[in-house]
Amino acid sequence: MPELKDGCVTPAAGPIVPESEANIPDLGTIPAKEVKTVLARVGKEAIDFEANAFVADEGFKPIKLSDHKGKWIVLCFYPGDFTFV
Amino acid sequence: MAAVAALYKDLQALGVEVMSVSTDSRFVHKIWQHEELSKMVDGGVPFPMLSDAGGKIGKIYGVYDEAAGVDIRGRFIIDPDFVIRAMEVLTPEVGRNPNELVRQIKAFQHVRKTGEVTPSGWEPGDTTLTPGPDLVGKVWEVWKP
Repeated sequence: MPELKDGCVTPAAGPIVPESEANIPDLGTIPAKEVKTVLARVGKEAIDFEANAFVADEGFKPIKLSDHKGKWIVLCFYPGDFTFV
Repeated sequence: MAAVAALYKDLQALGVEVMSVSTDSRFVHKIWQHEELSKMVDGGVPFPMLSDAGGKIGKIYGVYDEAAGVDIRGRFIIDPDFVIRAMEVLTPEVGRNPNELVRQIKAFQHVRKTGEVTPSGWEPGDTTLTPGPDLVGKVWEVWKP
């Protein structure tokens, strides 16, 4: 089977956390990607991540926060598409 | 999100890159853009709309609501050194004020350029303060709310 280019379960890398910061207990059962700790703090370096994105006029592509390192970045989270506010 | 898109030109003029993030898939982002956002704002949302499947990114930024399974409203300003300068987190029912976002970016850019600090409500052209021993106890002489 050929791999789907834009399949609905194509994962992006998610948070890219230095191992020392992630503080993941080595229990074998916990996937290494499981990050529960809040790491974002004002005055501290931003945590990089990669996510699948939709970009107008370009379509679907993975985007990293650090793609824009060296520029001012505004990162906006919101509860969901088609919500009212 | 549409409100931020409406101010996108101002943000671009300030050299700012915008990214929006929700737990929706990129496919839903595309349809939202086509069906609704493009009718609210000319040309729709011009910045990348990211998909935070499973809230993994929201968790490390402190905005993931476990019960609802969504990222609540959170806005972060990151400077060219990749340092988080500001964050604003709201529960979902109240929208943000993008004008305040623009004001804060202008203030942070001014501080970065000049080393001065900006009092509350500062707008470009307003009085700034230069911290130092001489200013202690004398702020009232140069600035009042």
